Amino acid sequence: MTTTLTKEAAPGPVEEPVLRKPPTRKRLVPYWLLLPGILWLLVFFALPLVYQASTSVQTGSLEEGFQVTWHFQTYVDAFTEYWPQLLRSLLYAGTATALCLLLGYPLAYLIAFKAGRWRNLLLVLVIAPFFTSFLIRTLAWKTILADDSLVVDALNALHVLDVTSWLGWTEGERVLATPMAVVCGLTYNFLPFMILPLYTSLERIDGRLHEAAQDLYASPATTFRKVTFPLSMPGVVSGTLLTFIPASGDYVNAELLGSTDTKMIGNVIQSQFLRVLDYPTAAALSFILMAIVLLMVTVYIRKAGTEDLV
Amino acid sequence: MSWIRKNLVVIAGLLTLAYMILPNVVVMVFSFNKPNGRFNYSWQQFSLDAWKDPCGVADMCESLTLSLQLAAWSTVGAVVLGTMIAFALVRYRFRARGAINSLIFLPMAMPEVVMAASLLTLFLNMGIELGFWTVLIAHIMFCLSFVVTAVKARVMSMDPRLEEAARDLYAGPAQTFLRVTLPIAAPGIAAGALLAFALSFDDFIITNFNAGSTVTFPMFVWGSAQRGTPVQINVIGTAMFVLAVLMVVAGQIITNRRKKTATA
Amino acid sequence: MTDKTTGGDVRLTGISKTYGSFTAVHPLDLTIPQGSFFALLGASGCGKTTTLRMIAGLEDPSSGTVFLGDRDVTDLPPYKRPVNTVFQSYALFPHMDISENIAFGLRRRGIKSVKKQVDDMLELVQLGDKARHKPHQLSGGQQQRVAVARALINHPQVLLLDEPLGALDLKLRRQMQLELKRIQTEVGITFVHVTHDQEEAMTMADQVAVMNGGRVEQLGAPADLYENPRTTFVANFLGTSNLIEAEVVETGSEVVVTAGGGRLRVPGDRCTDAVRQGGKLLVGVRPEKISLTHADDAGAIADGRNQVTGRIADSSFIGVSTQYVVNSPAGAELQVYEQNIERDARLRPGAEVVLHWNPAHTFGLDATQDIDAGVETVEDAS
Repeated sequence: MTTTLTKEAAPGPVEEPVLRKPPTRKRLVPYWLLLPGILWLLVFFALPLVYQASTSVQTGSLEEGFQVTWHFQTYVDAFTEYWPQLLRSLLYAGTATALCLLLGYPLAYLIAFKAGRWRNLLLVLVIAPFFTSFLIRTLAWKTILADDSLVVDALNALHVLDVTSWLGWTEGERVLATPMAVVCGLTYNFLPFMILPLYTSLERIDGRLHEAAQDLYASPATTFRKVTFPLSMPGVVSGTLLTFIPASGDYVNAELLGSTDTKMIGNVIQSQFLRVLDYPTAAALSFILMAIVLLMVTVYIRKAGTEDLV
Repeated sequence: MSWIRKNLVVIAGLLTLAYMILPNVVVMVFSFNKPNGRFNYSWQQFSLDAWKDPCGVADMCESLTLSLQLAAWSTVGAVVLGTMIAFALVRYRFRARGAINSLIFLPMAMPEVVMAASLLTLFLNMGIELGFWTVLIAHIMFCLSFVVTAVKARVMSMDPRLEEAARDLYAGPAQTFLRVTLPIAAPGIAAGALLAFALSFDDFIITNFNAGSTVTFPMFVWGSAQRGTPVQINVIGTAMFVLAVLMVVAGQIITNRRKKTATA
Repeated sequence: MTDKTTGGDVRLTGISKTYGSFTAVHPLDLTIPQGSFFALLGASGCGKTTTLRMIAGLEDPSSGTVFLGDRDVTDLPPYKRPVNTVFQSYALFPHMDISENIAFGLRRRGIKSVKKQVDDMLELVQLGDKARHKPHQLSGGQQQRVAVARALINHPQVLLLDEPLGALDLKLRRQMQLELKRIQTEVGITFVHVTHDQEEAMTMADQVAVMNGGRVEQLGAPADLYENPRTTFVANFLGTSNLIEAEVVETGSEVVVTAGGGRLRVPGDRCTDAVRQGGKLLVGVRPEKISLTHADDAGAIADGRNQVTGRIADSSFIGVSTQYVVNSPAGAELQVYEQNIERDARLRPGAEVVLHWNPAHTFGLDATQDIDAGVETVEDAS
């Protein structure tokens, strides 16, 4: 039929093959794709941090201008003066995150495994509040938690407020302008950020794993503890991060639902920057907050053993 | 009692849902209120006044328009830049990948107030006048990472052989991108765009720092929380909520119908 | 040499591909005759797919040249080569329906009226009623046919098939093998087929190149490769071979060797060139060439046949044949396939037997090679 056959390439004197290089233009493609976006982040995200670092060690006044004097004392002063707000921020954000996980997990679980044909509707209901500005919704909490509102009256009648005021979370028969109101607002605002990642990772779990676990003598509770929860860890990690990080720097809830006793570090930074115009202190406080959050996030991610945030 | 135990998850889940929906219900109910004073915090009497004249409050609808414009442009900017980055990250090998990944991750791991303050420092130091443009710059910046994440997830699950098939079938680079890559990556890009739009439209903290005298809708609401809350705010909030839910439902119906005709 | 025009041959000269320090394909010369059904056969990672992708233009060779006929296409991008590919797992465009998928190539070349051709093509692959369906609504076999149609409609000079049947179940695979062969005969285009399935390669191809570790081990017609393997890899990878380590006693037109105390004869022209007195040789024989006789009847075996004694270790009834594993002093675990015509009830595990075969069916291989090269292990069986 055919006579053309091959020989294996030159077994004798090894000819050094002439290597072709891919054209330079092709090798540069990824850099061109990255350039505009990365430049944007460098100029408007990274560079501002550098500017702020420099601002934080400046001294001076608005009238006479600020000079870099390597005045690290600002950090010490800022920390000494505002550590209560800083601590409060971490406490509130931490509590809100824990509450989000506690409240969000059952709902995410419900949507992922028990909702059946209601699944899409429930998902829409979780996302829908986003479409009303979060400020408007936070203001609604002012109505819900107002003195003599239905909710507060009910809590009073059930003597819940007696317990919470004894704990220092509320004051007398008031909920508004107390730590509880602020934490409640934070929890509310960031719940969807907890539920959606949780749902995503729960939904990926093969339903047959539950059957397999139960087939292997695990009770429903054990199945959850040994199978479902470990498999939903990526969702738990990203959910807690997406909740804790923004909550720690928030000042809207503290401003609208709290009082002067519930000011968070965000409120301080905001007023130092926009009202007091003490830029070095504000910059130093931002850096302290950033350092604490990044440190906590890094440790947390290491412990949880995942690299993906979202 | 055993019924409760059996359905504990369902009950707990629905309670959470109620907690999440409650404020929206309040917003809706109070859009029909006729408050006594300047603040719309307690129920007085039923009225349709605000619905009849939603733009009756000075500057509110202007701020709304501004916010919509800002959100639209931020979305365009973030989607274009973010999609390019996502493709580069998934499809190519290059130097400094780790550093670039961190640069994209960090804005999402940074409290907003830190980014807001530092960006303001930059603008002040550079002597740039605050306003529409500074807000747009800021919005594109913080939406970018979210778009990258959304698009990246989609592109990663895309079979690179599809593009090879297109090139094999006489489609040049541009044709391949337009006819194959883009349509298949579209759901990821759409998800990123939606996210960017929502983030930009609803952003308050970063905007508040960098807007100067420009007033976006969230800033208008913030201001009115100090001065007095017009009922129209609730009207806008309710209208957007209803509109969004209707759009989602309509979209669902359309896809369902398409699926049916496709299998028929 | 041949009256066939060589104008459309695919010629690879000195082509190679390296990734960093890893060499996927060593410099390789290969000519694929026009109109042939050519198979590149090898285990995964042997470089067969890389070779195919270099022909398609999807991979830039690190060295060497690709010729289509007399044209050097090495620097042409894939969309400028008159070559089309049927991808592994098909790579059908999920957002287009079947007819849009098939028309894709024609449209990109600016051909406006494609309906007739698309319909003809759908007819050829027997999917006329599925034109408006989306790929995910089709079965694996149907998707496979769409992938073939999408490539063939462009009348490429060469059709490249990258493990096109890998995702199908066994029965459908057999069916599609015949189907592809039919289409190839019908359209007369050169098919280059990459596969790890030796049976598939032998059923379909006129020519098979067996690849291993980035090199072509041997090339030839399927029967030739099977009967005259030149390396242990080919002997083991194509079907099963019994390889026995032996010592050369006599050379010449008939080579005589000793193994496990017995003498075996091998035709000289079926031995490796390096045969010399006192040297080693790997003697090979295919399992189906061997006959099995109970030791009690050893006297009835005709003279002049190669003989090896042994004991049956295992036997399994397959239906058309019975497969025996025999331990012998010449080599452990020799395979024997006996047709089920007249079964000897005494041939059970534990029975002493004599294995015997016609010396003409024996081949000799260079003993310096790995005797187990190319033996399919459980992990790569698929």
